[in-house]
Amino acid sequence: MDILVSGFLLAGTYVLIAMGLNLQYGVARIMNLANGEVLIAGALAAFWLSTNAEISPLITIFLLAPTAFAVNWLIYKILLRPLVKRSKSRGQLEVDSILATFGLSFIMVGLMLVVHGEFYTYEFLSQPITILGSIVAMNRFIAFILAVLVAISLYFWLNHTRAGSALRAVAVSPQAAGLVGIDVPRVAAIAFALGGSVTAIGGALISTFITLDGSVGVVFTMKALIIVILGGVGDIRGAVFAALILGIVETSVATLIDPGLTLAAAYLIFVLILLFRPQGLFGRRPT
Amino acid sequence: MNRRTLLRLGSVALLAMATAFSGNVLAGETIKVGAVAPKSGGLAGGSTVTHWPNVELWVKEVNDAGGLMVDGVRKQIELIEYDDKTNPGDHIKALQRLITQDEVDILLPPYGTGFHIAAAPIYAKHGYPMVSVTSITDQVGPLTEKFPNMFFTLGTTSAFVEGVVEILKDARTAGTIGKKIAMVNVADAFGIELAEVARPMMKAAGFEIVYDKSYPLGTADLSPIMKGAKASKPDAFIAWSYPPDTFGLTKEAITENLDVKIFYTAVASSFPAYGGAFGPAANNTLGAGGVNPNDPKIAAYRKKHEQVTGKAPDYWASANTYAAFEILAQAIEGVGTIDRAKITQYIKDNSFDTIMGKIKFENQVSYKFWSVGQWQDGVFRGVKGTGVDGSVGVRAKSGWQ
Repeated sequence: MDILVSGFLLAGTYVLIAMGLNLQYGVARIMNLANGEVLIAGALAAFWLSTNAEISPLITIFLLAPTAFAVNWLIYKILLRPLVKRSKSRGQLEVDSILATFGLSFIMVGLMLVVHGEFYTYEFLSQPITILGSIVAMNRFIAFILAVLVAISLYFWLNHTRAGSALRAVAVSPQAAGLVGIDVPRVAAIAFALGGSVTAIGGALISTFITLDGSVGVVFTMKALIIVILGGVGDIRGAVFAALILGIVETSVATLIDPGLTLAAAYLIFVLILLFRPQGLFGRRPT
Repeated sequence: MNRRTLLRLGSVALLAMATAFSGNVLAGETIKVGAVAPKSGGLAGGSTVTHWPNVELWVKEVNDAGGLMVDGVRKQIELIEYDDKTNPGDHIKALQRLITQDEVDILLPPYGTGFHIAAAPIYAKHGYPMVSVTSITDQVGPLTEKFPNMFFTLGTTSAFVEGVVEILKDARTAGTIGKKIAMVNVADAFGIELAEVARPMMKAAGFEIVYDKSYPLGTADLSPIMKGAKASKPDAFIAWSYPPDTFGLTKEAITENLDVKIFYTAVASSFPAYGGAFGPAANNTLGAGGVNPNDPKIAAYRKKHEQVTGKAPDYWASANTYAAFEILAQAIEGVGTIDRAKITQYIKDNSFDTIMGKIKFENQVSYKFWSVGQWQDGVFRGVKGTGVDGSVGVRAKSGWQ
């Protein structure tokens, strides 16, 4: 039972890390290598406001959501839109966006290290609570609850609203979506900005129980990448399921076998999926 | 020849003379000091606490006092610094640049054991003394033999572990703890080496390691490890950890209310941020390092550090880092000129007056450092050290409130 509870909580963390990238890659077709840095930026905001202005991270995420949305919108419009316009194929856009966002990640790391070069150490709601007989830290549980809320609202919005359908249409085929009257550039920008906003919120939440610093963004980008590819690009359910599988497998391996093998287990699953179902769990086989 | 040619010749000659003169004048006026260490990447969190503020403080202190007396003149220090991005390849490149392009007179040591070992051959090839601090290894013997210009000031891996094992032994003799130890380590060269040295030492001291696991660097969820350790009902918990997991494991211990009388995490437990983040819960936790805050030199140093850099020094390697820079400065002035071979020899032959007290190298090793400290009421005091005074008694941990 300990394994299930911890596994679910870890999955919640992973969902927060990966959902944003899923939107950005699935809809806007941007392989955003600066995703981890956006996560850390959210964490930095939560840390800074918590230590300097005594603002709870739960309030910070409400301030963070629109700010991150606006900033990511600008990043898309200024840095990435020209790449989209001139790329003649999806592959070229991916390569271009990888290079551009890679450079962006360095800029962001540099800026964040100037703001605060040390570890983001602060305390927030770390009291232990008992869930189903298992002791967990409250901040981890809150992050899990919020991850579930964000995932459900995103799923609902994507599948039961007109705007969400437009996003999904662009994820399937930007050309066809354009033909049926969807403003593809605008939708892609919204998806990118939304993805960035979700990632920043995720960063703020996980900073309450993981000690981060300006340089570890790349580790989270890699983790998010695995989850997105595992789950299949373009479908929120994919990211959630992949996060769940990873969370439970990693926790089981750490508890039952050896904590040193968690990375090996995660990458083993990744390799298996790539071998037997390369489009991911919920992905669509390319025609 | 005609007037034009004469004019051209004249102006070229004038330019050449001006460059030659300005070159000489400029080169003579400052002492170029080179420094390469992480400002970004995995170790940046540590070096921005321990290394760079001391560089800033030392340069300012020396220059405010007028500079160093070299060649009969007081010369200011000109600092040239590079970020190695916690990448040994980048470190070597930056180092080469400092030596061949910037032509620095003296080099400050790197940050991080791996970087010292990577850079040592280059320091040796060009004859720069390396007064290392954040370089803890059991290879001190072979390294000092191979690199006659490499000095160690923070001890060996074995001394690092010995301090902890001694505390465990003392606690067991006093009846505070039993013989069951839970030991974890980060799966990085540092953690693995320490665990490998610790295992036989603990067994020889009669302890039983009831939980012995490692975890990858950057593990997000340390709760399975803490739960597993707790389930093994240990009397003491020892973690050979790096900063992110030092904080993470402590958080988990608080959540699980781990009932141990001895709780030790390795790197970063000496950071002011550790005491700050955990407050009273950190009371009586043990960690690597320590300081004697009652020593007037250390107290003055800590005050100045905060004044000049705006942040508090850590309670471990910060003081040794500043002392190492003091040694370099005193050696340069002792020799009186920038002759690196003579400076290296001077460091070997003489004793130095530093904030850590009098330091004298024996076979290029200085035995004056703290190995274990304990958070006692908001100060991380030294409890076990070598060649240092002022250690206080170890207190048993009682709860996480």
